[in-house]
Amino acid sequence: MEQKRPIKVLVAKPGLDGHDRGANVVAMGLRDEGMEVIYSGLRQTPEKIVNTAVQEDVDVIGLSILSGAHNRLFPEIIKLLKEKGKEDTLVVAGGHILEKDIPFLQEVGISAVFGHGVSVKSIAEYIRNNVAL
Amino acid sequence: MAKSDSIVRRKRLGVEELAGQLAGGSEIALARLITLVENDPDGMPRVLPLIQQHLGKAFCVGFTGPPGAGKSSLVSRVTKVMRERGKKVGIIAVDPTSPFSGGAFLGDRIRMQEHYLDPGVFIRSMATRGSLGGLARATKDGIKLMDVYGCDYILVETVGVGQTELDIMQTTDITAVVLVPEGGDSVQAMKAGLMEIGDVFVINKSDRPGAESLAVQVQAVLMMNPRYGSGAPPVLLTQGVSGDGVAELVDVIQAQQLNLNSSELEARRREKRKQEFEEIFKWAAAQEWKKLAGSDGTVKKQLDEVVKGLKDPYTALKEIFPDGFIKRYERTPS
Repeated sequence: MEQKRPIKVLVAKPGLDGHDRGANVVAMGLRDEGMEVIYSGLRQTPEKIVNTAVQEDVDVIGLSILSGAHNRLFPEIIKLLKEKGKEDTLVVAGGHILEKDIPFLQEVGISAVFGHGVSVKSIAEYIRNNVAL
Repeated sequence: MAKSDSIVRRKRLGVEELAGQLAGGSEIALARLITLVENDPDGMPRVLPLIQQHLGKAFCVGFTGPPGAGKSSLVSRVTKVMRERGKKVGIIAVDPTSPFSGGAFLGDRIRMQEHYLDPGVFIRSMATRGSLGGLARATKDGIKLMDVYGCDYILVETVGVGQTELDIMQTTDITAVVLVPEGGDSVQAMKAGLMEIGDVFVINKSDRPGAESLAVQVQAVLMMNPRYGSGAPPVLLTQGVSGDGVAELVDVIQAQQLNLNSSELEARRREKRKQEFEEIFKWAAAQEWKKLAGSDGTVKKQLDEVVKGLKDPYTALKEIFPDGFIKRYERTPS
């Protein structure tokens, strides 16, 4: 099997919630799955997240949010990605996201929402299946 | 878990187009080109001829030293001062690739958050991907691309394993060695290698006990080195978190940039170009060997005998190249 280049992922914390344990677990887990992972740090604005994604030229952005502000922040992030010419990026999300909000988010451009109890391995698998190298 | 079908494919962009945008200062072109040279061995060979004549404007400073020395915070502070002085800054932060998973946690950038929205600062993280000298193989190429993009200064932060990092000296114009006053550093500092590659020595976390005495010890060791005579590299005290001493560090960097001007800087860069050519030549030869070992009948037979222990490698090599290694290929007389 041909050795493919590592997939590059940005794990980001948009908004004001200070809970990053989940984000850290996913970040480390994806590293163990052979990916190159950047963690943005807490309290990132959509603009900061997109700037980082552009400079690092990531394949994937993983948004971790527990504050409930996803319906407002995620569309903003997708919009900025398009404006900067970086719309060819897989955007996924996790944290406290209500089931009923998922259809709206998918419509906006979030490819997958990983709820509670999901294994990091399955997140890695999803990413590998949906990023064409 | 809710999913939708959404395979993402990267945009295919022409190298010429990207190179043109790069020279015009396009951030996303720089990012995409760095990705290209990181992943495609044909990348830099295609890009470099297009940008060769634009090279040489940026001044490149390496930051090396043991893990925990506070390099990332220091680089961020140095960037802040350079921005206040109206300079455009590029940063390459290198972190180690796990030899087991092949993945990496690129955690330096998080210390540079104050620059995330500044269009005059471009930060790129790189994983070593198996390179052992403290830098990624693509770091040199990244520096060239940032040069053409328009950076006045390019700051390169190494992995930080300490004494084994000599790559940095061959890659940057000057090198700052960052130490901290803890963990037997005074003894560590005197080990060869690290003490001989610095153009400036920085004792970071200078608010901690032992900082002043470490500075004195480092100064003493440097002055004992006959290579320096009376012109030993400066030793500075800084505090990456508060910013103390950082303006003075930037003063030293800018002074060295001026002093190194023309002849010595050009001499260093010539030496680097020579080494780089040699590296690329060796790499190309190694690729040729791999091809030969797989496809050439004579080579395969000799290799087989060596592997079986029937023949020593020197004899085998002589039988493959009876007239000498180079003579097998067409060669123009000098």
